[in-house]
Amino acid sequence: MITLEHVTVSYGTGAKRIRAVSDVSFRVSAGEAFGLVGESGSGKSTVLRAVAGLIPHALGRIVLDGREMQVRRPKATRKMVQMVFQDPYGSLHPNQTVDQTLTMPVAIHKLGNTDRRVSAALQEVGLGREHRYRYPHQLSGGQRQRVAIARALILEPRILLLDEPTSALDVSVQAEILNLLARLRRDHGLTALMVSHDLAVIAHLCERIAVMSHGEVIEITTADALASGNVAHPYTRQLLRSNRGFDRSGAAIVDASS
Amino acid sequence: MTQSPIPLLSVRNLRVVYPGEEGDFVAVRKISFTLGRERLGIVGESGSGKSTTGRAIMGLVAAPGRVEADEMRLGEVDLLRLDERGFRRLRGKRVAMILQDPKYSLDPVMSVGYQIAETHRCHFGSSPLAARAATLEMLSAVYIRDPERVYELYPHQVSGGMGQRVMIAMMLIAGPDLLIADEPTSALDVTVQHQVLAIMDDLVRSRGMGLILISHNLHLVSAFCDRVLVMYAGHVVETCNASELAAARHPYTRGLLASLPELGRRRAELPQLQRDPAWAADAS
Repeated sequence: MITLEHVTVSYGTGAKRIRAVSDVSFRVSAGEAFGLVGESGSGKSTVLRAVAGLIPHALGRIVLDGREMQVRRPKATRKMVQMVFQDPYGSLHPNQTVDQTLTMPVAIHKLGNTDRRVSAALQEVGLGREHRYRYPHQLSGGQRQRVAIARALILEPRILLLDEPTSALDVSVQAEILNLLARLRRDHGLTALMVSHDLAVIAHLCERIAVMSHGEVIEITTADALASGNVAHPYTRQLLRSNRGFDRSGAAIVDASS
Repeated sequence: MTQSPIPLLSVRNLRVVYPGEEGDFVAVRKISFTLGRERLGIVGESGSGKSTTGRAIMGLVAAPGRVEADEMRLGEVDLLRLDERGFRRLRGKRVAMILQDPKYSLDPVMSVGYQIAETHRCHFGSSPLAARAATLEMLSAVYIRDPERVYELYPHQVSGGMGQRVMIAMMLIAGPDLLIADEPTSALDVTVQHQVLAIMDDLVRSRGMGLILISHNLHLVSAFCDRVLVMYAGHVVETCNASELAAARHPYTRGLLASLPELGRRRAELPQLQRDPAWAADAS
């Protein structure tokens, strides 16, 4: 469903050119959930944005559902790939009601049946009719993230891109959103690509996980291997230790390039 | 842990109230605790009053917010009777606070060295040269390898981990007895988090200070602190030894712990926290 072959993304020009992602390859089959972990600056969000088509990739191939992606994407492709961003406080238009936010994509893609689609999408993410005409500032963080998920789902995508969907939320709300995402993925047979810095969160939702550092994928592993600590790269082991709460050994610096 | 006869900090029935048009909003409801030269964690979700508690101790609750308590003492100082002038002398010198994101808590138009030196000059009336020397020493104490170079840098030129080390240096230079760290590492990467915590831990131990670590991260607090207060809706619902957090009894604490995804324990569905209005009502 998603295939990346030797994808390289750079920002800037001339001497200031920075290679954010270099030579990343992986394959996600239909219905699978694939995770990307790494620290800030490791390039994980850049990979996600390249797949979403938000930034052009310089080299390599991105193939979605058998079609190679060019700089300009046809409308049907854009409908197929939808994204949920990290911060529901920043990703919803503050001056538009939930109804307007959800109506817009339906109008752009001329899907029709707007009213029914909007109420169905709200119901699907566990929001009631009373939320439909509210503004984002009248909703809690968890409710906003539900709106962001509804906005992605309303176009009936086949690929869902998740950029740290729960890191701005409290743990109890995180559990609700993770349960919602797991259920939606099951019900709709969605293929998911998820970015997070939290190993436990990503291992909860994803079967296979790529560990990134300095723009490169250093290891592709599985949730089960992570859980049993059966990982090859020292950097992955370091991440694992760091995710288990404070521990002196986690304070030592391990550089992925060494 | 050496317990002096007078606790470092004692708080009895602290209430923080923000008056509003539709009645008062009580952010902190009658909480009591004492702190020795130890590491105390305060955990809770957003809105539980954990940060407000920290700010009340620092005298940073802005009007019209009110701080009420039967007792709030820092050593021999009665914080309830202190005016703004008194608090200004206290802050930095006796009690210091580290906030979440060094990008916002450092002054963007001053070099980081100058900011630290300013703290030193404020509290000790030292000469610029002496302040500079003390700053360089403090920067090396937080394991900054090239203090002379870092002294001249501006906040936008340092990384998050480095910025938080600069914050620690600035907060500790006047030798406070108590450090309040409000989510000091949540803006940092996991591996950097541990370096920053280790530095903070070293300094707090070697100087015999007290530390209050405010965080929403249960794992972090239970691994780092000696004792944990769990807050919910302005109440302390549970106090326990950090090492025994896993055996917590209160349904809220248990619910929070259960709702965390865990490596190696894959569950199709995470248990969701069922909130009981009684938790917010009972005056514990």
